[in-house]
Amino acid sequence: MTQQSSGFFNWINSRLPIVNTYERHLSKHPVPKKVNFWYMFGALASVVLIIQIVSGIWLMFGYENTEEGAFASIEYIMRDIEYGWVIRYMHTTGASMFFAVVYLHMFRGLLYGSYHKPRELVWVFGMTIYLVMMAEGFLGYVLPYGQMSYWGAQVIISLFGAIPYIGESLEIWVRGDYYISGATISRFFALHVVALPLILIALVFMHLVALHEVGAGNPEGVDIEKHLDEDGVPLDSVPFFPYKVLNALVAIGIFGIVFSIIMFFFPEGGGYMLELANFEEANPLSTPEHIAPVWYYSPYYAMLRAVPDKLGGLVVMGAAIAILFVVPWLDRSKAASIRYKGILSKIAMTIFIISWLMLAWLGTVPVTALRTTLSIIGTVIYFAFFLLMPIYTSIEKTKPVPERL
Amino acid sequence: MEEKITTRRKVLIGMTSAVGAVGASFAVVPFVASWNPSAKAKAVGGPVKVDVSKMQVGQKIQVSWRKQPVFVIRHSKEALESLPEVESKLDDPSSLKIDEPYRDVHPTRSLSNEYTVIAGVCTHLGCAPKYYPEMESQPWDESWVGGFFCPCHGSMFDIVGRVFKGVPAPTNLKVPPHYFDGSILTIGEERGTA
Repeated sequence: MTQQSSGFFNWINSRLPIVNTYERHLSKHPVPKKVNFWYMFGALASVVLIIQIVSGIWLMFGYENTEEGAFASIEYIMRDIEYGWVIRYMHTTGASMFFAVVYLHMFRGLLYGSYHKPRELVWVFGMTIYLVMMAEGFLGYVLPYGQMSYWGAQVIISLFGAIPYIGESLEIWVRGDYYISGATISRFFALHVVALPLILIALVFMHLVALHEVGAGNPEGVDIEKHLDEDGVPLDSVPFFPYKVLNALVAIGIFGIVFSIIMFFFPEGGGYMLELANFEEANPLSTPEHIAPVWYYSPYYAMLRAVPDKLGGLVVMGAAIAILFVVPWLDRSKAASIRYKGILSKIAMTIFIISWLMLAWLGTVPVTALRTTLSIIGTVIYFAFFLLMPIYTSIEKTKPVPERL
Repeated sequence: MEEKITTRRKVLIGMTSAVGAVGASFAVVPFVASWNPSAKAKAVGGPVKVDVSKMQVGQKIQVSWRKQPVFVIRHSKEALESLPEVESKLDDPSSLKIDEPYRDVHPTRSLSNEYTVIAGVCTHLGCAPKYYPEMESQPWDESWVGGFFCPCHGSMFDIVGRVFKGVPAPTNLKVPPHYFDGSILTIGEERGTA
């Protein structure tokens, strides 16, 4: 490509495909010309990923991964290290915001059928990212070794105990001790800062490579690949630069404002992002009055509590996540987007949203008989939404999807 | 000839892969085993002794053994006599589902006819259940007969740690190894084993 060019840059470029990669995946990458704000959360998620990596590295400078030192080192970061409080609140706010944007990103996928052929693998990689994020968030939450770290971990690790025969030894193996001790903290630390981030970055890479292979979707569910210009570029597309970059910058700006407001003024998020009980050091002898997960796990926690059986609870919770992976094969609708789907899909989606939000609330409040009943109803609706999807998406009448965007 | 070479090649590839797989599984052993409790972790956690003579009737104390709570409850005669009355509500009144160490010795499930010694670790997901001895209406059960309630997921146990029906906890609270020497209770070993 660069026969007459010369210089250092070209020397590099003829050995490393900088220009090609940049043009193919960034500057000239064609994206649908009409999308809406729902299509910004993917970009925001990558911004948060960078925030988490950077603030995480800086937290490691002050954190001590021992039973005796962990809790005190968090206080040290918060009080003694200059601007340590900003770094830590950036990381904790980042954790919540990561889940917030990923949930909105996933919801966009459900709403506009982003998982429809040929984007099944993009969805599957995305779900794997979500699964690893949940593990990453859990491991990170244990590290301060506060009361909620301890008892939250006690509950989650005890879940392994529900597995028949090997459960109890598995629990001890995961903890490396008979209780959640320094041994547990140091291995969780290694997983949280090295192992899972590596996996996460690899998965994000795969998610993007798969996405760029098939191209981004759009809210109309129109296949823009059907109408190409003479260069093979979709007619209904615009190049990523400058059109989408500038869009994304606006979104990132707004997101930065929201992020900063939370980080500076509401870092505890009313006890839903940083639980108040976690400001007390772990005490293996006393369970806090009320154990609740941080908000981003709460719908699944509500499902766990809804089942009056140990193994059953674990199975239901696991199935609730697992079922998300197969959504591309559950949706039989001819139309990808909710805009062209039938009335049944719209009703199902509405009920699903309400019940998911209800479960999210139920997971954070203490158990009562009525709330347990509500949790059961919410869990049933959650599974019905997915399990009945092949039926209601194939019997309903869809509107014709337009040819062009 | 061609055919023979291909077969030969397949056999060689198969054998090499098999040997490689065996080697790889052996190589995994140290990585998996290093997650087991270390010698240090195993060494900590010897038995603990506590004098229970100062306890009030109806009182519950909490003892730390292996950094896990162990509950000791001193029951009144009436409370122990009323134990059979709740059995209809219990899932496993005779502790048949678990390895009960002192079965049919005392209604307390322990080596004393007055004190109950149970692990304060919910058999559901490991929280420490709370003791609500009063027989009165509670938010989780209007006809509460007294016992333990786990705040995490609502599991209920009677005053000697036997699990109720229809709660998430699968089994009764465990009874740790223990023995009494007069009023001195030792938790964490059987008499004469140490």
